Amino acid sequence: MLSLAIFFPLVGVALIATLPHSQERHAKSIAALAALATLALVGYLFADYDRDAGGYQFVDSTTWFDSALTDFNLNYTVGVDGLSLPLVLLTAFLSLVAILISWQVELRPKEYFIWLLVLETSLLGVFSSLDMVLFFVFWEVELIPMFFLISIWGSGNRIYSAWKYLLYTFAGSAFMIVGILALGFSEGTFDVRELGEIGEIEGAIIPAWGIFFLIIIAFLIKLPIVPFHTWLPDAHTDAPTAVSVILAGVLLKMGGYGIFRMAFNIMPDVAKDVDWLLAGIAAVSIIYGALMTLMQTDLKRLIAYSSVSHMGYVLLGVSSIGVVGMTGAATQLVTHGLITGMLFVLVGMVYDRAHTRNIDELSGLAHRMPFITVMMLVAGLASLGLPAMAGFVAEVTVFLGTFERFEALTIIGVLGVAFAAGYILWMIQRVFWGEPDPRWAELTDASAWWERGPLLALTAAILAIGIYPAWIMDLLTDGVTPIAERLG
Amino acid sequence: MSDFEKLGPELGLLIAAGVIIIVDALLPLAGKRAWGARHHLSVFFAVVGVFASMAASLGLVLADEPGPAFDGMISIDDFSLFFNFLFAGVAGMIVLGSIDFLQKNRFHGEYLALVLTAAAAMMLMAASLDLIMIFVALETQAIVFYVLVGFGKNERSGEAALKYLLLGAVSTALTLYGMAYLFGLSGETSLEGIAAYVDGADSGTRTALVVATVFLAGGLGFKMAVIPFQMWVPDVYQGAPTPVTAYLSVASKAAGFAVVMRIFIVGLGEGVITSDWANMFAAISAISMTLGNLMALAQTDIKRMLGYSSIAQAGTFLIGLAAVAASDPQVELGSSSVIFFLGTYAFTNIGAFIAIIAISQKIGSDEISDYAGIYKRSPWLALGLAACLISLTGIPPTAGFWAKVYVFNAAIQADLVWLALVGVLNSVIAAYYYMRVVLIMFTREPESEATFQPGISLGLALTVAVVGLLAIGIYPTPLIEVSESASQVFTS
Repeated sequence: MLSLAIFFPLVGVALIATLPHSQERHAKSIAALAALATLALVGYLFADYDRDAGGYQFVDSTTWFDSALTDFNLNYTVGVDGLSLPLVLLTAFLSLVAILISWQVELRPKEYFIWLLVLETSLLGVFSSLDMVLFFVFWEVELIPMFFLISIWGSGNRIYSAWKYLLYTFAGSAFMIVGILALGFSEGTFDVRELGEIGEIEGAIIPAWGIFFLIIIAFLIKLPIVPFHTWLPDAHTDAPTAVSVILAGVLLKMGGYGIFRMAFNIMPDVAKDVDWLLAGIAAVSIIYGALMTLMQTDLKRLIAYSSVSHMGYVLLGVSSIGVVGMTGAATQLVTHGLITGMLFVLVGMVYDRAHTRNIDELSGLAHRMPFITVMMLVAGLASLGLPAMAGFVAEVTVFLGTFERFEALTIIGVLGVAFAAGYILWMIQRVFWGEPDPRWAELTDASAWWERGPLLALTAAILAIGIYPAWIMDLLTDGVTPIAERLG
Repeated sequence: MSDFEKLGPELGLLIAAGVIIIVDALLPLAGKRAWGARHHLSVFFAVVGVFASMAASLGLVLADEPGPAFDGMISIDDFSLFFNFLFAGVAGMIVLGSIDFLQKNRFHGEYLALVLTAAAAMMLMAASLDLIMIFVALETQAIVFYVLVGFGKNERSGEAALKYLLLGAVSTALTLYGMAYLFGLSGETSLEGIAAYVDGADSGTRTALVVATVFLAGGLGFKMAVIPFQMWVPDVYQGAPTPVTAYLSVASKAAGFAVVMRIFIVGLGEGVITSDWANMFAAISAISMTLGNLMALAQTDIKRMLGYSSIAQAGTFLIGLAAVAASDPQVELGSSSVIFFLGTYAFTNIGAFIAIIAISQKIGSDEISDYAGIYKRSPWLALGLAACLISLTGIPPTAGFWAKVYVFNAAIQADLVWLALVGVLNSVIAAYYYMRVVLIMFTREPESEATFQPGISLGLALTVAVVGLLAIGIYPTPLIEVSESASQVFTS
């Protein structure tokens, strides 16, 4: 069932690929249906997950390759627990959103939707893999669709940004595969469930902290954390809107998820020793990201830098190595995905209409596009952590969990929230309030179903988590508890 | 089973080569129709020869009687059978890839006969267990390739052939000198005999043995095309007809590795100098990967780029060879990683060259910048080449990904973490120049809108290669199992 959900988007790929050229306008409908069916399958899994039993469920496992000679065994093992299931749901949801808001893509639509669906499969695979080599396979597969999506359908300096994205990620995964192989060799298995029970790595050919850093570097690049973040503003700015949504909403979460599952879960001893270092980097990221955000004049870059700051909370929360902080970090992965995804959808709509993202040029858009403005207020307030919105729940939990362990760093982190209020409100004030500029008198509001539908769905999700967080936080707590216990 | 039956795969190819020459000579020369008939007949017999060879190999697999033949000169085992299939398959792909090239060439009979002869010689290289036999096979293969490189019949091709001949002669001398040292020390030409001597050798003869290994590595490094024995590669790759370049880059390289594995693992695998040559190969590997990639970055001609990239790839194979001896129980993992890599590389690199042949003959250029917008003009060719380049980069779901994972795994298990790190960082450099071609094909605007299709033979060859590399990428198990069983000849 889980495998079916992971690979279901490929059914859409096959259908679109066989579509004759004259019918290519139907590619988007097929893609949307495939993504919708995938979401339905994942939704079913979400409802069917036995919360009392917990642990890894819907496990599918087959031997891919079993070496007669050595410990080099490949297994196809997928399964989800409380930590990964919400992320799988987020992926399926945002993929559908991304396809819907691409309704008007005219350039090579067949390939565009094929790459989006391939991307969805690889992302679902990353969050579901319970075998490190399989995880790495899905992690790498994601590169090719992203490379094409940015370089062909992007804007501005798209080629440069696609390169930067590819090479940063590829460099990170180069280290990761060495770490994975060294780990697998010393423990005789790549199975995450078994590795999660070992605790202390002994007799490895490189010291455990070496393996830890080889593996975590890829996740820190992906998250991203200062100073490995420079690919992110470029990739975000030049990617097409739908890809920015996936990038901010899901791809960054691969980094956070990897830190939980592959680094802290498997190597708790090392994690305990370096938590102060990671928390320090996180605090730097939060503040540096926030300050950079304040300086931006491009809407997309602004939100991109705010992601750097917000992802710092994830690392801060994980580094607290307690259940509360880690639950907060995991919740932040989900809520940031929804909120920033929504912000990018809105920025994309503004850009499609005004053909500029320059904050200095835009003014008084509220008069022209009231619906988009209201939505921007919702997403913006959620992003700055207004109570009753999803962002608040996650960030408060992070701070609660972290304060005990790193007082000073938490206070620095809270400053980031103050900055967030600053850059979000200031942005809304400059772009949407103010005197209506006659240049923008012709702009229209979002009115099509494929524009309003995703925005309303995102709003509903943000409010649902904000008002009654238990439905997702209970799951996440169950998911991180074993990891936190191993660390404690 | 008689010795001659064991030589079936080679004989199949050689008989086909003979038939092609005779038919070519007997049919009347004049007339366009006679030319066409000769052309078709030559190709037909070449394909029959390849299939006959594969059938003979299959017969040997089914007979399951591994063992030496011709008084221990050659060995029929899983290792040589693997290479029998590899070389026959590659030769078949080269025949398919050469058909268009031969339309413009009068000497198709000779060309195809030489292609088959080279494959037979390379099979013998992989099967030989005796220095004399190895040398005979090595020279047969080398001389055939000197001629093939010059087949382009233009100045570049002639220059390439001359360069290849002169440097090849030096490498032959080096190899022979190394062999003479081994013979002089041990008094044996058979690898088993040499192994017995080396195993019992004391530290007094170590220097002499090290000198022998250095000369052998130098001479054979020329075949493997690793730095610092690579100077012929760019010019020869660029100058030779593209099908021959493909043949050189895959088959000749694989044959070089097969001989190196036989000599070093069987002959020199036990005893005082094992760690010496392992360190030597580790160093050559690191240098080849790094310099090969850095030089590939600067290329504007796609054949030269693939030439330098093949040097880097050979460096990656050498990781596996360095892992063989770096620690004792790693013989099988190290050698099977090399064998697996050679298998995947055959699909990947042949596919890339076939796509280049198909594209370049239509656009009339090998310049990378002229590949702009090929996707719009010939989507399937562009996708095929992209798949091969992604596999060369080592991104799943392609065969190249597993090849790299497997070889890095061998390095890490052999305690060569530094070499694995050099390897993975090099794949990041390589990603830049491989993916740059993909990017140019898919994102730039084409100079002309004219669409084109590859011919049937090229399309078939490219399809086989791409399907193969994707199939291995999704389910690598069969090829890994074959590689592992081939590598067991070194331990049992």
